[in-house]
Amino acid sequence: MASYLRPELLADALSALAGGARTVLAGGTDFYPARVGRLVDEDVLDITAIGELRGVRAERGGLRIGATTTWSDLLAAPLPPWCRALQQAAREVGGVQIQNAGTVAGNLCNASPAADGVPALLALGAEVELASVAGRRRLPLGEFVLGNRRTARGPQELVSAVLVPPWSERARSVFLKLGARRYLVISIAMVAAVIEPDAAGRVARCGVAVGACSAVAQRLSALEQALVGATLDVRIGARAHQEHLAGLTPIDDVRGTAEYRADAALTLVRRALESLAA
Amino acid sequence: MNEPVEPGLAAEAGAIAFRLNGVARVVAASPASRLSDVLRESLGLTGTKVGCNAGDCGACTVLIDGRQVCACLTALGQVAGRDVTTVEGIARDGALDRLQRAFHAHGAAQCGICTPGMLMAATDLLARNERPSESEVCDALGGVLCRCTGYRKIVDAVLAAAAGEVALAVPAAGRAVGSRAPKTDGAAKLTGAERYGADRWPPGALWLRAVRSPHAHARFSIGDLAALRARHPGLLDVLTARDVPENSFGIFPDHKDQPVLADGLARFRGEAVAALVGEYETVMRIDEAELPIRWEPLEARTEIGQALAATDAPIHAARPDNVLIRGRVARGDVDAALAQAAFVAEGEFATSLVEHAYIEPEAGYAERVGDRLRIFACTQTPYMDRDEVARVLGVAPAQVHVVPSAVGGGFGGKLDVSVQPLLALAAWKLGRPVRTAYTRPESMASTSKRHPARMRARFGCDRDGRIVGAEFHGDFNTGAYASWGTTVANRVPIHAAGPYVVPNVRATTRAIYTNGPIAGAFRGFGVPQSTIAHEALLDELAERAGIDRLELRHRNALRAGQPTPTGQVLRASCGLAQCLEALRPRWRAAVAAAEAFNREQAARGGDAGRRRGVGIACMWYGIGNTVIANPSAMRVSLRKDGQFVLYNGAVDIGQGSNTILAQIAADALGVRLDAIDYVMGDTDLTEDAGKTSASRQTFVSGNAARLAAAALRRKLLQRLEVGENAELAIERGELVGIEGGRRSAIPLAYLPADARGDVEVGRGEFNPPTVPLDADGQGEPYATYGFAAQLAELEVDLALGTVHLLGIAAAHDVGRAINPTQVEGQIHGGIAQGIGLALMEEYHAGRTDNLHDYLVPTFGDVPPIEVHLIEDAEPLGPHGAKGVGEPALIATAPAIFGAIRHATGVTVRHAPATPDRLRAWIKASAR
Ligand SMILES: Cc1cc2nc3c(=O)[nH]c(=O)nc-3n(C[C@H](O)[C@H](O)[C@H](O)COP(=O)(O)OP(=O)(O)OC[C@H]3O[C@@H](n4cnc5c(N)ncnc54)[C@H](O)[C@@H]3O)c2cc1C
Ligand code: FES
Ligand code: FES
Repeated sequence: MASYLRPELLADALSALAGGARTVLAGGTDFYPARVGRLVDEDVLDITAIGELRGVRAERGGLRIGATTTWSDLLAAPLPPWCRALQQAAREVGGVQIQNAGTVAGNLCNASPAADGVPALLALGAEVELASVAGRRRLPLGEFVLGNRRTARGPQELVSAVLVPPWSERARSVFLKLGARRYLVISIAMVAAVIEPDAAGRVARCGVAVGACSAVAQRLSALEQALVGATLDVRIGARAHQEHLAGLTPIDDVRGTAEYRADAALTLVRRALESLAA
Repeated sequence: MNEPVEPGLAAEAGAIAFRLNGVARVVAASPASRLSDVLRESLGLTGTKVGCNAGDCGACTVLIDGRQVCACLTALGQVAGRDVTTVEGIARDGALDRLQRAFHAHGAAQCGICTPGMLMAATDLLARNERPSESEVCDALGGVLCRCTGYRKIVDAVLAAAAGEVALAVPAAGRAVGSRAPKTDGAAKLTGAERYGADRWPPGALWLRAVRSPHAHARFSIGDLAALRARHPGLLDVLTARDVPENSFGIFPDHKDQPVLADGLARFRGEAVAALVGEYETVMRIDEAELPIRWEPLEARTEIGQALAATDAPIHAARPDNVLIRGRVARGDVDAALAQAAFVAEGEFATSLVEHAYIEPEAGYAERVGDRLRIFACTQTPYMDRDEVARVLGVAPAQVHVVPSAVGGGFGGKLDVSVQPLLALAAWKLGRPVRTAYTRPESMASTSKRHPARMRARFGCDRDGRIVGAEFHGDFNTGAYASWGTTVANRVPIHAAGPYVVPNVRATTRAIYTNGPIAGAFRGFGVPQSTIAHEALLDELAERAGIDRLELRHRNALRAGQPTPTGQVLRASCGLAQCLEALRPRWRAAVAAAEAFNREQAARGGDAGRRRGVGIACMWYGIGNTVIANPSAMRVSLRKDGQFVLYNGAVDIGQGSNTILAQIAADALGVRLDAIDYVMGDTDLTEDAGKTSASRQTFVSGNAARLAAAALRRKLLQRLEVGENAELAIERGELVGIEGGRRSAIPLAYLPADARGDVEVGRGEFNPPTVPLDADGQGEPYATYGFAAQLAELEVDLALGTVHLLGIAAAHDVGRAINPTQVEGQIHGGIAQGIGLALMEEYHAGRTDNLHDYLVPTFGDVPPIEVHLIEDAEPLGPHGAKGVGEPALIATAPAIFGAIRHATGVTVRHAPATPDRLRAWIKASAR
């Protein structure tokens, strides 16, 4: 029979991973759906009992989101206003059952092109902290998620936390998700935007990311550059153009056509920016 | 019957200890097992349901430390030391708690398969938020899908429970009909006690797992299975076509085209080619790659056009042109009428494959008992199952005993056999009980769907908007096997001109074989598709003729005394005009409000605007089978213990026939509703009531129940020697008749009982009168018709192509509402399915075999619904009642499409109007 470990200490978890291949299990909301009609008979490392991995803490002005922090934990946490996009995404992941079990880190590790957690964290400039018996390392999120269901995580590594850098008090963020029904819906496209205005009301720093329109969600750097220095008012949406989305590679699937995705993504980007000006 | 593995108290090494419904438990099972499996299989608590094992349906929702999670996504190991609450833990000391009572009173559980999940999610919410708002209720329960109720009554129930105590209606004797009596089988659905197909199994039952074709069309050969069996000692048998005595089944006696196990040729993706039978763990561990099956894929013709073009290699030799059947109704001279019409509208319309998506996947068990076979499974038609299984096994029908389980939703999809012949074969051959439950992907791939239609229609009217002629042709993709394709092809032409007076009609159909998924029966048998076509064209005619859309329909509405396209003259119960009149005030206000909103939006400019629209659509629907006899027989007895029993062969699939029939029987007997017990569908105990489809059980079986109860009443009054107006009662072990001041009594103990304990039995039978159709489809195909009009208000986001429904109003002529709560429930649920058909449901074989790629409406997708019950009594119906099950759904999609057209100017020609399609149409129309 397969082995199942549920250690309470991170160190024990890391040595278990060092001891041989194991599938990491967190909230199980991606793990079990991938095994419909099958028995679980691989070796499992369940990380949900590791107390030190759970919860959101302020760290160096930013946030440290422990690996087993659930979407509900994130929603309940008193976060600064620039984290609103992240909390809006949390509210849109599955239904409450999924939010109560599913973890932010699991969402990143699962690396679905439609992962709702990725655009907000990308826009905010988050990093992923990986731990193994050899130590810890950090990777920008964009370098961690490599493709559809592919990450830079080594077989002996755990994601121990997601780290969000600080933004100023004035910064605000927003997340918009487009799906074909209200609840429990995989995004056709989604957009996260964060804008930090200067004292004069001009864009000092910003991040805009689009998900479900390429294998990995992407930052729109050209747009971000074009926005810096712009006045943050309702006309800001009009600054976004289809060329800014040129790096996206949307596909046709059961949820929508590539053409529609490109078109809708631009609408969402504009609306996201406008909502931050309101 | 189920064997809970009672865990020892001391935690063994590796055993998991937790509190379950307040009691400490220790379970020795693999810690990576899904909690749902452990609860059901190891602990025997089957109240937690499994609809998908993927987090998509929420039926398995339980509370862990008070918070809702999916038990199917929770490792047993994760509940160590925690508190788990399941639906079995809600009722207090055996009595329903406030939330359960609220569900009961509001009719919030129909089939009840989603109910445990709903209750758990709501319990979590109410513990955290004593007075939630409607949107908070939707947010909290949004992770649980319901396919029956349309969610509105669930929201009402949760809000009512939050507001305080809830009263249950208890009708007095003789007052059951017309009351809002809660479901007679409702309590079991609220406590988790109800047993669905997967919830009961005999000790030692083996597991059956079907092996299915990954190709839409392929030849295959199965090699030597001995090596496989040697490798897996727990694998007791592998059934193949060779094991099937008579390897064909199908709905119609003269056309049995579907094999139980394909014999060397698979005609659709998901077709069963073999069945592994053995110990559960062994059978589930076997990798399909291990099976010695050699596939030779062939060209798959999944589309109508491909199948019609490719007659060189027909899908079935018996149909060289791939046309299963043609249907036709012709009356008058349609060409001349359209040539002379003042206005003509025409168009082509297409619909997609739609999946029933009941939350309960097919499941059951079979067990050989001597030379008989018992089958316990979910079904809509126990007698057809019995005959089908007997035929396949080559035994007499009397040797097969079908015991229907509670059914977790059917909608037509459980009219065909699924697990039954497979289980029967295995149990018969091995002499051991065998069980199975389809996985969600398996259920979706292998069972029937709604026919995709390709339709062309032309309608013409005169200057006053009176319809002068209608022409319709529809091709229906029936997939690899006939299933109910014939019924669809025959029913559609009768209904294709709509519920209007149309003097000249030519309506034709074809059901076409392809290598697509089997299309069969689905709420409405093709009429929802054809209604999309005629209602779109009526909107166009109204526009051309400059007549309000509702008024044009009102002017043309079929009324008593006027002929239908089959030449039938309805003498009564033809309430479409009243339905439209009921909606007229809201219609006028809504149209004016939408147009004002749009003017204001247009004034703002920009392409990111929103537009509102209002649509109206009408429908009619013949109740019962098309011409074919569809009798029902019921018996009502008095048992020696003083209980009245309704022997009811009609399966309640959640629509409520158990309650409706008992209400009718109670009033006909003159006793209280709670004096009536019932036995449902058991083929050894009840007579054939026919299938639960075609919206026929209230009308047809309702009459049979009324006649049976009246017969019993007559017999009892005779025994008591009292007159026919006497009051009947059971008092202290005596049968009592009271007439005027006179009391007559017989001790029940004096009456001899038959083998079942019945001391007197009344029998009733009803077969609705019809007149066969001639070659032009002229005749009287149905004894009565349901009518309805629905109105939809919505807002379209022009830039995204998304539709936000604001409200729906539905007026239905149901003859008489035997139970208004249940009728409303049917209408709400039908509307929810109509919303799915209109906006999101589209099945693609192999790509949407789950409930996250195949989308059905959730809590947030069904707007407030206003129901108007029009009671234009049907003289033939029990208390004037007709049916409503299917009519509920038919007008919804066309009303939504009419509203989209009103909002955007775009005519929806391809359902569903998904955001990408609608956006593309809006862009194209702007050019
Ligand atoms: C019904 C339903 C609806 C959903 N809706 C949405 C949605 O709307 N949007 C969305 O984005 N997602 C959605 N999801 C997906 C899922 O809930 C999220 O991706 C979730 O955040 C995954 O977290 P988890 O803890 O459940 O991961 P798990 O299932 O436990 O693990 C996911 C994967 O990540 C690995 N993993 C997990 N944690 C770690 C770690 N710390 N280190 C290394 N590897 C790890 C696992 O090995 C596994 O491969 C939905 C899922 C379901 C079932
Ligand atoms: S069975 Fe768990 S969500 Fe469907
Ligand atoms: S009552 Fe909800 S699925 Fe049937």
